[in-house]
Amino acid sequence: MAELSFTQGTLDRARLLRLSQEYGVYAGVVVLLLFNFVFTANFASAENFRTQAVQVAPVLIVALGMALAIGTEGVDLSVGSVMALSTSLLSLYLGYGPWVATLIALVGGALIGVANGALVAFVGVQPIVATLALMVAARGLALVLLPQLKDVRDPGMAALGSGDVLGVPYLVLIAAALALLVAFAVRRTTFGRQLLAIGDSRPAARLAGLPVRRVLVVVYVCSGVLAAVAGVLATARLTASDPTSLGTLMELSAITAVVVGGTPLSGGRVRIGGTVAGAVLIQLLTTTLVKHDLPPSWTQIAQAVVIVGAVYAARERGKR
Amino acid sequence: MTTGTEETVVRAETAAVSGDDPPGARRSERLSAVAQQHGALVTLAVVVVAASLGFDTFLTGDNLENMALSSAFLAVVALGMTFVIVTGGIDLSVGSLFALGGVLAAWGSQYGTVVALLLPLVVCGLVGLVNGLLIARSGLAPFIVTLASMLGARGVLLALTDEGSRTYLVDKGSFFADLGQGAPLGIGVPVWITVALFVLGAVVLRRTRFGQYVYAVGGNEDAAALMGAPVARTKVGVYTLSGVCAGLAGALNAAWLVSGVTILGSGMELEAISAVVIGGSLLTGGFGYLSGTLVGVALLKVIQNVINQIGSLDSAYQQVVSGAFLAVVVIAQTWLGRRQRVL
Repeated sequence: MAELSFTQGTLDRARLLRLSQEYGVYAGVVVLLLFNFVFTANFASAENFRTQAVQVAPVLIVALGMALAIGTEGVDLSVGSVMALSTSLLSLYLGYGPWVATLIALVGGALIGVANGALVAFVGVQPIVATLALMVAARGLALVLLPQLKDVRDPGMAALGSGDVLGVPYLVLIAAALALLVAFAVRRTTFGRQLLAIGDSRPAARLAGLPVRRVLVVVYVCSGVLAAVAGVLATARLTASDPTSLGTLMELSAITAVVVGGTPLSGGRVRIGGTVAGAVLIQLLTTTLVKHDLPPSWTQIAQAVVIVGAVYAARERGKR
Repeated sequence: MTTGTEETVVRAETAAVSGDDPPGARRSERLSAVAQQHGALVTLAVVVVAASLGFDTFLTGDNLENMALSSAFLAVVALGMTFVIVTGGIDLSVGSLFALGGVLAAWGSQYGTVVALLLPLVVCGLVGLVNGLLIARSGLAPFIVTLASMLGARGVLLALTDEGSRTYLVDKGSFFADLGQGAPLGIGVPVWITVALFVLGAVVLRRTRFGQYVYAVGGNEDAAALMGAPVARTKVGVYTLSGVCAGLAGALNAAWLVSGVTILGSGMELEAISAVVIGGSLLTGGFGYLSGTLVGVALLKVIQNVINQIGSLDSAYQQVVSGAFLAVVVIAQTWLGRRQRVL
């Protein structure tokens, strides 16, 4: 995380590289926006922007948790399955009212997070494998609880999914609030400092007396809860619970958003602003391809290329 | 050439065989090593005995044949995965490549068996090669590179099949279909091929220079490089091998199903990784063997079969059980590994 202050005489190429790593994602968003303004019909309308924002909200919320996990040099592959689990729990307990149901869904996400965190922090399993196991198990659990698609008929949830304040949908407001909260936690709290220190060097953090295990568990719990929030919001928007397909490949989108946003996979650094821009970039890319009638297969290929490109560009920084 | 890991293997083997170590402290270490190496086999035996006592239909020829056939495809994928995991890497693209291989084989079968077999091997091998180059030469993290190619390969598959709406069929009378459907001596061709590949793979891994490099790179990359092992080339080799294996498994599967089904293979990477890990290979690299992987595949498939036989249980329970099982195995491995290191 130590910011290298480049001295005046640094090579232009190195500076250019650093700039592109820092601000490349924002430039990408601007380029795509400009392209769409010029070439895409009906792009510059408030309605379209609202749709885009609503679509990006769940991905963004999941990506916030993912950014924390990646900041500790880990990763959380279980997020998509946690979304499915939260939608199952939500629809099961909706009889007790939307608030109780939402609470139970979030507790479910937190429990998966505790399991992930315990495996990573106390048992010492690699994060990829620990969260892989929970990814399979949580999806299965979601399907056991709710075997098939079920409509969610609840005025409260419907309002959450489609309501707005001054034209800004609730979903977008919640996503923005969570992004600010996580950004504050990373930058201004002890927890954030400890998280980054652990990501930088776990042995050093332990020697410095930081509560490494506790922080790791909290990170995975945060990731689980955020994924559960995304699951609740997605359910509210779709007005249906679909544990089979909700959140599939979500881990991939979230990792892409984080990595494209300039957070290195080697840990020790978390860029929340970049993550937000990364999620927006992926969304815009998909929209651009869809609006120009390119099939979904192209979107997937394009996303794959963007991921590899972003990781490749971030490579130099990793070596330092 | 001796690596730290090989020493562990040798030590564990001699300890298990000769047993001339002083009792006490050494014994628990020995037990840990034995448990790590043969735990999966013992579990498999217990599950098979329990299942054959519990269900009349378990130990029938038909059921065993079905299990062997459905294991064969996963086993071939897990074969490549074992090489990758022994180098300390991971390959998440195999599920997509399995599906892509199947579609390419089914499409190619109209031009003859050679095309139907070669096309998936070449294309999936190329994807593996690109994975390997990005990982070995550019130093990118294996999981992110293979995650991207998992997405990319699925995209290519969709592009080939009119966004997944078109299924290519294999001519049932063709020689290629016989590769999947034929059963000399009552055992399906895919099973024969799988057995042959595992024998070949085991010889390559244990008895050739390349195999020793694979262990060396996984044991300690820097040490391997200092010893003069071609680290980058070895890594490119294992990822290419993994791609080829996934493509071959997909082609065989297409021959078996006589069609290139587009929706296959999702989640297969997890199954393959689980099988390798359950078989005793360490995800940290440097330790692992193919016989264990074969046992891991068999164990996964037997458990699935048992859950299916219970009938009243939803197939979703399979996932819960597989996930929990993987977690338990990894915890046990980490614990056993730590014991060995501490003592």
